[in-house]
Formats: sequence, structure tokens, C-alpha cells
Amino acid sequence: MEYFVQQLINGLTLGSIYGLIAIGYTMVYGIIGMINFAHGDVFMVGSFIGLLLFLMIGLTAATPLVVIILALIGVLIVAMALTAVWGWTIERLAYRPLRGSFRLAPLITAIGMSIVLTNLVQIAQGARVKNLPPDIKDRLAGGFTVLRGADGFDAVVSYRQLVIVGVTVTLMAFFTWLITSTSLGRAQRACEQDRTMAALTGVDVDRTISITFVIGAALAAVAGVMFLVYYGAIDFYIGFVAGIKAFTAAVLGGIGSLPGAMLGGLLIGLIEVFWAGYVGSEYKDVAAFSILALVLIFRPEGLLGRPEIEKV
Amino acid sequence: MTAGSRPILEVDGLGMRFGGLVAVDGLAFSAQRGQITALIGPNGAGKTTVFNCVTGFYRPTSGRITVQHDDGRSFALQSMPGHRICHQAKVARTFQNIRLFAGMSLLENLLVAQHNKLMRASLFTVGGLIGLPGFAAAERAAVEIAKHWLERVGLVDRADDAAGDLPYGDQRRLEIARAMCTGPALLCLDEPAAGLNPRESRELNQLLLSMRGENGLSILLIEHDMGVVMEISDHIVVLDYGKKIAEGTPAQIRNDPAVIAAYLGVEDEETAIAVTTGARP
Repeated sequence: MEYFVQQLINGLTLGSIYGLIAIGYTMVYGIIGMINFAHGDVFMVGSFIGLLLFLMIGLTAATPLVVIILALIGVLIVAMALTAVWGWTIERLAYRPLRGSFRLAPLITAIGMSIVLTNLVQIAQGARVKNLPPDIKDRLAGGFTVLRGADGFDAVVSYRQLVIVGVTVTLMAFFTWLITSTSLGRAQRACEQDRTMAALTGVDVDRTISITFVIGAALAAVAGVMFLVYYGAIDFYIGFVAGIKAFTAAVLGGIGSLPGAMLGGLLIGLIEVFWAGYVGSEYKDVAAFSILALVLIFRPEGLLGRPEIEKV
Repeated sequence: MTAGSRPILEVDGLGMRFGGLVAVDGLAFSAQRGQITALIGPNGAGKTTVFNCVTGFYRPTSGRITVQHDDGRSFALQSMPGHRICHQAKVARTFQNIRLFAGMSLLENLLVAQHNKLMRASLFTVGGLIGLPGFAAAERAAVEIAKHWLERVGLVDRADDAAGDLPYGDQRRLEIARAMCTGPALLCLDEPAAGLNPRESRELNQLLLSMRGENGLSILLIEHDMGVVMEISDHIVVLDYGKKIAEGTPAQIRNDPAVIAAYLGVEDEETAIAVTTGARP
């Protein structure tokens, strides 16, 4: 039982990170019908920005916990802002000029953009694994015991996991509000349904698309910083696997659906962790992708997606 | 000549070619302020193409399209992007095939049309986040405007339903309401009466007549239903093969030999008779 609870906690944490990335995929797909394959690498860039910021602040083992938490919030905000600029630039340079081109063109530039980002970071930061200073990691490693096991195994929620889940829930609530009840969100949904008509009712479609990329990149930065704090080590290649997993999560939940992306992320995280915990970690990715294949066969629109209805 | 007496819309030398096909050729006409101007003609005459040029959907091959506001400002529509045509030149339109945001509620459809105003009021959402009082007031005002138009088109009971669930005739009226929520000076309606039954069509006439001139609104209309055209238009422009063949009041058009010939020349004899008698085809 303790083991199960522990896996559940770990799965939810990992799933939160996947969910945050998946939102970026799903929002961009919703508004321009394109899979932004560079999004995983935007997540990686966000993670590196977070790491550099932590190193610049230079926390030590003697720093009080309050300061560390304040530093974490500061890093999150700055990383979100800087990564958002990356997201905006990518859209402006690589996707906007191709809008109105054939469907595959932006897909191909997205793959190109992904390679560019990976290599850029590899050259700038080196190919070796980078570590978060152990001081910060250790200070956040403590936690509560939620369930004490008879055989000495306790289920523990660490502060890091609490931070990750807490930040994710807050951001989800905030963005759900943004999409459902603000003018910006209404414009985004209008562009999603009919871009031309949205323009004719006075919505600046290009700007709305840019904002979508900015929001997606900011959320990816949050996921990046969370990943950094959780695992303590990153390299230039983390965007690939995390990106594919998050994309899978978006498809699983129903691409284009915001709650679907979050649900998909949580499910992928849970499947992965439970598979690794009970079956063996060798085939955890196979398990996640097999579930995806099953969903695509029996429910192609995803768990929360709307089925496409072709009107005649 | 003062700004107030100049036409709201002046089209001059308008040409639109698609490859070898000349859809509109050297067209010139104007729509007077506060009036209903109808654009009629046989199928394929180029009416919708003219509309698409006016609303920025197409970039015309040649010619000038000028909108002149009450305050004397004028806008050259042929070189403006679509969202500016709506928000600065204040030209709104509806489509022949309905293009509502089907997945959004009626109210939201009308609020999207007020997007620019709300974005400015909320300082591009930032103000809304920190809860500026001006933002909440702007949002309330926008909802009031939306409610006003829902009442005008008789759909206020269904404000929270998805627009796609409305019956056809209601969707048409909602489209007009949405166009009006952008606060237009010129409203372009592409076959608003298409697919309406006679009662709905009469209600539409009433609605359009009541809207005309309200806050200086002018209407440009494409319509095949001659009952509607002859009853509500102040001025009619007749197109055939992309060229203007006649213009004038409904009475003049009804007796114009060129118009009769254009309509009799096509297979649809009933329409020709309708033009000349003013009856419904």
C-alpha cells in the first residue's frame, strides 16, 4: 500500500510536468492546426535558462529555506519571460512567413527549429549533463511522510513534489480562467474555429497566434524549471523525449482540448511510473506509447476531444 | 462638399481577375450614408467578389474602395488587412454561408465582435488580471450591448446556448447581430434572406429598416429575393458579367430594359419576372 501511494505521488508529479508541456502543443494545434515539434526544445531552453538563473543567484547551504523559495519563484518568473521571448521569436521567424502555405511546410520548419534549438544549446552549453547546485536540491529534498509502512518503507511527499503539483494546479486554474472568461481567451477560441471570420469581426489573428505561442512557451518554461528542480540534472537533449511524451499526452487527452492535455499528461506520468514500479523500468515508454496506440484505435479524437464533424 | 453629405462608400474602377477570369471589371458605384444600397445581378455576376474586395477578403487587382466616416476620416480599403477594415474603417459583413463561431455561446459570439474595445479597456488583459475597475465596467458594457442586439433579433432567451445549435433562420439573425456588435458604419450583408421562410423574411425586412440610419448606419446588401430588395432598398446597383449595367431607385430598375434583358437572358425566367413586377420569385 505504501509502495502504491508512493508511486501515485511520483506519477502525479511527473504527469504535472508532462501536462504543462502538453498544453503548449494542444493550444498551438487548436489555433493553427499545426504540431509545433520545436515545443519540446522550448521546454529544454526554459530548463537551461532556469539553471543559469539559479547559478547566477548563487545560493549556498546556509541560505534559509524562505530565501530559496523566493529565489525559486523569481527564477520561475524570469525563466517564463525569457522563454516566452524565444517562443514569440520562433513563431515570428519560422511559422508566420509560412502561414497560408501548404500544411506540411510549418511541420517541416518545426522539426528544423527543433534541431536548431538542440544544437544551439549543445554548442552554447556543452554536451555534458549539467547539475543543479546540490545545495538547492538538498534543501528542497525534505518532505512529509504521508503513510508509514510496517516494513520500514514510508510513502513520502517531498517539498519539490508539493511545489510542482501546487504550481501546476495554480497555473491550470489561471489559464482555464484566461481561456474561458477573458476577451483574449474568447479571441483565441474564435480564431480556433474560423480565423477569417475572427479577422472580419476585428480580432487581430496574427497577434492572437503570437500570444498563444508566448503562453505555451511560458508554461514550457515552468515545466523546464520544475524538471530541473525535480531531477537536478539536465542536458541539451531532454527536450526530445519529454516533448514526445507531452505530445502523446496531448493526443491522448484529445488534441486541442486544454483539460484533455492536463489529463493526458497525468495519465502518461502515472502509466510510466506504475509500469516502472511494478513491471520494470525497461519498457515504461513502450507502455505509455501502447496506451496511446490503443486510444487512437478506439477513440481517435482522444479522451476529452470533440469528434470532428464534417459538415456537408 | 461636407463630409456628411459624401457617400459612405465609393468604389472606383474596381477590377478583380482570377487568372484569366475577369470577375469584376472597372466597376464604379457609391453607397449613400444612412441608406440601404442593394447589389443585384444574375448568378456569377460578381456581387460576392465585390463584397470580398470591400471587406478585405480579396485584394482587388485594380481600383479604389474608399470609406468616408461622418467625422471626415477616410480609409482606402483596398490596401488594409481584414481586422483593420473591421475595427478602424468600421465595415462589418455577413456571409452567404453562415460563419458563426458554432462552438461558442450566442453571448460569446457577440463579445468576440467587441474584442478590440475590451482588449484596450483591459490594457491587453494585464489590467483584467490585476482587476482594474475600468475593465469590469467595459466588460459589463459589452455584455449590455450584446444583450441589446440579442433582444433586437429576438434571441435573448438563448444567450448561453451554443450558436451552432440554433435553427437556420436564427443563425442568420445572430450573424447580423454579431456584425452590429463591432459598431460598424457600413454593414455588408451577403444574401441575408437566403433560406428564410416568408415570415422570417418579413421580420428581416423590419429589422433592416429599423437599423438603417440608426447611429448613421448604412447598409450594402446582396440579395436574390426581389421581394426584399424592392421593398427595402433606397438605391439598387445591377451587375452582369462583372460590369454595372444599371443603377437607380427600385422603380427605375424595375423598368430598365437592360436589367430585364440581363435577367431574361439567363435561364431563370421567374427571377426576371420578379424583377419587373417586384414579386417574390
